[in-house]
Amino acid sequence: MSSESLINEQRLDQLQRAAFGYFLQTVNPANGLIADNSRENSPASIAVVGFALSAYPVAVERGWMARADAVERSLSVLRFFRDSDQSGSPEATGFKGFYYHFLDMRTGARVWRSELSTIDTALLIAGALTASMYFTANTPEENELRELVEMLYLRVDWRWSQGGAATIRQGWKPECGFLHYGWEGYNESIVLYVLAMGSPTHPLKDNSYEAWTATYQWEHLYGYDYLYAGPLFMHQFSHAWIDFRGIRDRFMREKRCDYFENSRRAIEVQREYARRNPNRFAGYDENCWGLTACDGPSNLLPELANERRRLFGYAARGVPYGPDDGTLSGWAALASLPFASEISLCAIRNMLQRYPEMLTAQQYSSSFNPTLANADSSAWVSDGHFGLDQGIVVMMVENYRSQLIWRLMRDCPYVHAGLRRAGFRGGWL
Amino acid sequence: MQQRNAFYSTAPPDAHDRERLENVHPTGWRNPQPAGRYNLVVVGAGTAGLVAAHAAAALGAKVALIERNLLGGDCLNVGCVPSKAIIRTARLYAEMRNAEQYGAQIPGDIRIDFAAVMERMRGIRARISRSDSVHRLIAAGVDVFFGQAYFTGTDTLAVDGTKLRFKKALIATGARPNTTCIPGLVEIDYLTNENIFDLTELPRRLLVIGGGPLGCELAQAFCRFGAQTIIAQEKPLFLPKEERDAAQLLSDAFARDGIEVRLNTKAVNIRVEGGQKLVDLVSDDYSITVAVDAILVGTGRVPNVDSLNLEAAGVDFDTITGIRVDDFLCSSNRRIYAAGDACLEHKFTHTADASARIVVQNALFLGRQRLSALTIPWCTYTDPAIAHVGLYVRQARERDIPVKTFTIPMHDVDRAIADDEEVGFVKIHVKERTDRILGATIVARHAGDMINEITLAMVAGIGLRTLAHVIHAYPTQAEAIKKAADAYNRTRLTPRIQWLLRRWLTW
Repeated sequence: MSSESLINEQRLDQLQRAAFGYFLQTVNPANGLIADNSRENSPASIAVVGFALSAYPVAVERGWMARADAVERSLSVLRFFRDSDQSGSPEATGFKGFYYHFLDMRTGARVWRSELSTIDTALLIAGALTASMYFTANTPEENELRELVEMLYLRVDWRWSQGGAATIRQGWKPECGFLHYGWEGYNESIVLYVLAMGSPTHPLKDNSYEAWTATYQWEHLYGYDYLYAGPLFMHQFSHAWIDFRGIRDRFMREKRCDYFENSRRAIEVQREYARRNPNRFAGYDENCWGLTACDGPSNLLPELANERRRLFGYAARGVPYGPDDGTLSGWAALASLPFASEISLCAIRNMLQRYPEMLTAQQYSSSFNPTLANADSSAWVSDGHFGLDQGIVVMMVENYRSQLIWRLMRDCPYVHAGLRRAGFRGGWL
Repeated sequence: MQQRNAFYSTAPPDAHDRERLENVHPTGWRNPQPAGRYNLVVVGAGTAGLVAAHAAAALGAKVALIERNLLGGDCLNVGCVPSKAIIRTARLYAEMRNAEQYGAQIPGDIRIDFAAVMERMRGIRARISRSDSVHRLIAAGVDVFFGQAYFTGTDTLAVDGTKLRFKKALIATGARPNTTCIPGLVEIDYLTNENIFDLTELPRRLLVIGGGPLGCELAQAFCRFGAQTIIAQEKPLFLPKEERDAAQLLSDAFARDGIEVRLNTKAVNIRVEGGQKLVDLVSDDYSITVAVDAILVGTGRVPNVDSLNLEAAGVDFDTITGIRVDDFLCSSNRRIYAAGDACLEHKFTHTADASARIVVQNALFLGRQRLSALTIPWCTYTDPAIAHVGLYVRQARERDIPVKTFTIPMHDVDRAIADDEEVGFVKIHVKERTDRILGATIVARHAGDMINEITLAMVAGIGLRTLAHVIHAYPTQAEAIKKAADAYNRTRLTPRIQWLLRRWLTW
């Protein structure tokens, strides 16, 4: 079966454009901030802003948005971050060039006592760098945009975020300092390390990346050798910006693999898990998978209060050790397109045929759960649309279609420098 | 509730406990007259001390054994034996509540009879105490002294004023709970492993401080008995030395059982108000006060090195790490050795046993056996249990050893599916592109039994390739190990070999 017959270009375009629509629906035009999710009173998420900044160039290329509009939206939010309160006080926006994870949509002040987030700041900065690599015209607006991005990137004090440890800490709070957790084990944070290693102003120590990769586990599971991480988004997020095909760090050279191929294998492992379906949930099979970080049903919801099984709400679902409560994310298959297009297209078509209710106006909801079917036999569907989900769809579909983001970031000198300092060699490097 | 370091026992003085005490510290005991000079004087009659005394006496040595409290030490009296006995009952209660999962009816009236649980435990403990009894020691020719030992010179010590001379001595005084780190704790009654098995009533609300093996095992057991249980662990995961997935599965299991899990959480203050214990817990920027009826402290152990007058013997020690020994378990005094919890990082009964055997060889028979040569497995007996042997991936990578892990989830094992015990995995770490086993972690209902096969393979130098040829009885959960070995064998089928095989099969 050819890829084209599975799902055609026009359909893919519809889904990608609908995902992009999220950034238009949830933006605060006054400051460019984007809501974390579509629910009422959602705060802004700095990572979602990073995805939006990466999505605007896609929209321009696809003709969904005028270049001037995209530049204006980007400038708006970049200026906001430039001017934001960097005092690190409990109500500030950031500290040391990093930003709190969740911000008030209107004022930009920290909300929910959220942490100063290293990974989410990295996703924001990656988005900003994408914008600066795309908007390269010699106009006052685009010149200003690039200067702002440069300033925001250079002021991030990555070295400070190590908190004296070998690896980067997950976060910091004014109330208690650095959080207990470091970034350990393979996950979505290669882009964080690459940006932090490539900084000309506040780079990490030389051994930091090696210290992180020392915590990796190379596993043989379900017949596949791969660098283990449970939730699928961990195999996708850094890849939205960086083209890992053919470039290898020391670890991957040793394993005769690369991170791109590793993500392909992670998708195979997802399929194998769904085929085995150890918890016997409805719907799971080799063409219906997608355990990742997403919204989900919760025992706290009144309609599910009597459900005897444990439900996890918003959680990083993963394979093979869970958590798994029968909740899948349809968008995770779209975000897998660049790695394993045939497999992903099969899954996209199959899941949409069986559970069309996961789309609202062509936009993927965060998750669905066929085990918790409604009276009309339709799957339980999250009523939330999340910016991270929509952003990764826009970017990965684009990388699949045109490799636009990858091409832009391949030319980014900071990404180059970071990859090289982390020990990457070969391929396009 | 009794504080730690209780002499003898505060358990209900029933027939079981009378039998145990008669075995491990008889009433009216009179110490013997010391013989001239002993080949070996053993201080402490826990696992290490008993093993060394029996082994040395069996080989013809003149042996004295000194114990200040109970023969059998922690393992028999306040450790492995009583905890495993109550864990068994706790598991049964959990299975009764989950009977429908096994296609059975949930019993109509599941009442917890805590007194019966503890009586059964005391019966088991009394029975097992027979093998650690003073009578067996006497029969083996060992002179047994009860009392506090203290060194009076480099080759002498005294027990309650009686002087003993030795050619060699072994310090096997064990360890005790470390309870010094929580403000307010010493002012209240609290539980440790040393008195929790003396309880006669189930606390309604229990706070377990510490997420090590003891805290995890007993938190789950007491929760399953019906105590509202909170477990507070200062680290981000339980069992911080174990690998992340293992600890995560345990956290999930605790949550399923109904334990209130509080990770990254430190107890910063404890006080009593209105007859209940109030504990302030802090996690990063979040703090909460919980009210409970009992507090179990499982925040590590410290070696028993005080009261021995080690300075007089010229034995170097540290109050945190214990007696300083070399790889041959010899202290700074060449006549004096140490074994077990008093000197080892891995404080397990089986390491105490193994180290004691090394000491007998090295001290009495000019042996050169090394502690570092041991392959030591361990297991935390939660449900699922978590067992490990050898290197962790992290350790292998720190030593620049390329490592690959063969993982078999228990949901791929027929017997685990049949038993509805699918939570867990077998992970076997090998040196990349070889079949040499570096270590393994098993999370499974019977992980403690399963890890022994890996330990055997490592000690015997058997690789995964050979394990793949070992026929495992079907269906057993240990078949997971065979599956990992089979997975290794399949990776040997390189594309070239596959091509050759296809060519061969064209006939």
